[in-house]
Amino acid sequence: MVMQPASTELAARTAAVISELKNLEGPLIPILHGVQEEFGYVPQETLPIIAEALNLSRAEVHGVFTFYHDFRHHPAGRHVLKVCQAEACQSMGSDAIAAQIKQKFGIGFHETSKDGAVTLEPIYCLGLCACAPAAMLDGEVIGRLDADKIDEIAEEIRS
Amino acid sequence: MSVTIYIPGDSGSLSLGAEKVAKAVEKEIAARGIDARIVRNGSRGLYWLEPMVEVVTDAGRVAYGPVAAKDVASLFDAGFVTGGEHRLSLGDPEKLPFVAKQTRLTFARCGITDPISLEDYEAHGGLVGLRNAVAMAPADIVKQVTESGLRGRGGAGFPTGIKWKTVLDTPGEQKYIVCNADEGDSATFADRMIMEGDPFVLIEGMAIAGLATHATKGYVYIRSEYPHAIAVMEKAVQVARRAGILGKSVLGSSQGFDIEIRSGAGAYVCGEETSLLNSLEGKRGVVRAKPPLPAIQGLFGKPTVINNVISLASVPIVMDKGAQYYKDFGMGRSRGTIPIQIAGNVKHGGLFEVAFGLTLGEIVDEIGGGTATGRPVKAVQVGGPLGAYFPRALFDTPFDYEEFAKRDGLIGHAGITVFDDSADMLKQARFAMEFCAIESCGKCTPCRIGSTRGVETLDKLKQNIEPEKQLALVTDLCNTMKFGSLCALGGFTPYPVMSAINHFPEDFRPAAVAQAAE
Repeated sequence: MVMQPASTELAARTAAVISELKNLEGPLIPILHGVQEEFGYVPQETLPIIAEALNLSRAEVHGVFTFYHDFRHHPAGRHVLKVCQAEACQSMGSDAIAAQIKQKFGIGFHETSKDGAVTLEPIYCLGLCACAPAAMLDGEVIGRLDADKIDEIAEEIRS
Repeated sequence: MSVTIYIPGDSGSLSLGAEKVAKAVEKEIAARGIDARIVRNGSRGLYWLEPMVEVVTDAGRVAYGPVAAKDVASLFDAGFVTGGEHRLSLGDPEKLPFVAKQTRLTFARCGITDPISLEDYEAHGGLVGLRNAVAMAPADIVKQVTESGLRGRGGAGFPTGIKWKTVLDTPGEQKYIVCNADEGDSATFADRMIMEGDPFVLIEGMAIAGLATHATKGYVYIRSEYPHAIAVMEKAVQVARRAGILGKSVLGSSQGFDIEIRSGAGAYVCGEETSLLNSLEGKRGVVRAKPPLPAIQGLFGKPTVINNVISLASVPIVMDKGAQYYKDFGMGRSRGTIPIQIAGNVKHGGLFEVAFGLTLGEIVDEIGGGTATGRPVKAVQVGGPLGAYFPRALFDTPFDYEEFAKRDGLIGHAGITVFDDSADMLKQARFAMEFCAIESCGKCTPCRIGSTRGVETLDKLKQNIEPEKQLALVTDLCNTMKFGSLCALGGFTPYPVMSAINHFPEDFRPAAVAQAAE
């Protein structure tokens, strides 16, 4: 892949995020979160800018960026639905729930629907283990998922 | 007179519609011209009754639940603002058996107070422990915590006071208190509940730890899957700063202490203390070899106390009521109380704080009321994804660190997941290996490679390819992972796998496997 130099606009927005967080102790992860908040994902072109600002090698920044599940390599859909697949939810049929959801939106985990409406992701525990099966839509938590609640989610996503 | 209505705002209740209930209540109050105030409290932890709405009446608090938005108008019609009868009436919440049977020390205020009201916090006994600590020498604080018998509630069970003593005795210009709020284990939500329901108790515990060890800076590393907890903690830290609990001087003492909230980035392994420290430093969350202990060379190489949320949140009560008071609860070497989280396929799921010593059977059958589906309990996993599966035959095991270890299990962060008889233990064993493969930090070979080979071997077993050979292989592999891994991720994954194989051999027998495959 040929590395394109970052556009001035992207560089300026990245620099603004960096300057706000640079003085924290151990600023790299807060900066990556900040960049993702700014762009919706972490554009590849921002990594050298971050590396230079923190006096790190590009390899180090790349290593950190790719280690954590949260940081996106591509933009997500307009909505992000995370479906818990951990044990407590498994005991309440999260496998079947996930299958219903996948069928409803016609996509699998780590995929985005063609119209860009929703990205589906598995998540390993939302701490809603006494309200299983659980999910999270755009940061809002949903417990005791069933067919009706999946319909409500679909409505919200399509609206 | 103004009426106070409590509607929980913790993420458990929110996931069950508490926000819609609060909006509906607001609407009714306005429409009916009632003089009322809504408080968004934490959850008391009775999740089958959430959202549980409470009203303060002349006779004390009266509860209703589980309330849906569509029930709100009828609640007002029934005069619930004065405690009127309704089909959702639960009466005095303190008299509900699930509440009355508990010993709430760490969770004394959770679900009762307004989480970000410092006045409420102090009115319910908050800050007494910190005030006592301010007047004491660091070594005496450490002594009191040590004598209380408090052990790490994150799962390892290491004595908290001894950790603190090492940090106190290690010279250093800068020392840190790090709170591990990376509560990634399935079936655990005690950390989330305390951060969302009573954040000041954690702040108070961390400030006491700072005074005890001369640490001036604290970090709370909260997993990113808990956005609500992060928001509440941020607010509470600001309130605590304004009140002079945090800042250049802790409650007027000569020592300062401040707290910063940091968000994780979706890596289960960062719940392991050394990988958490790497993550805080802005590195890959890779496990560090010990020694050096974090107490000697921790965050940025400085002496660091790293404790779980519940360990730190249990310190204020120890400093308030004394070591002996806390120590008098419990059994054996497991002293004090433990917030047990009952989850999964269970009728009465929630948080139950109690002295150590209840048997697993009492917890699952009596407190939890059996399965939600009404089918027989087949297995319970204790201690999260790295904990063992217990069959009914071991339900006499008392809830105690050592007793669980004797039965090849662990209590971990005290989460219990209940499974009914539809559970397939081969599938659960495979999941344990798969989860380890997804979340391994990659530093040590037994965990990184072993987990992937484990998935493959169990898949072959499922396909009935030389089943006896696969079982022998997976047993050998578990042995390697248990003794050869750097941290608990690879080291404890064998617990769920081997307990499933040993206690539920019928699910691994060639015949059963062949039948299931058809």
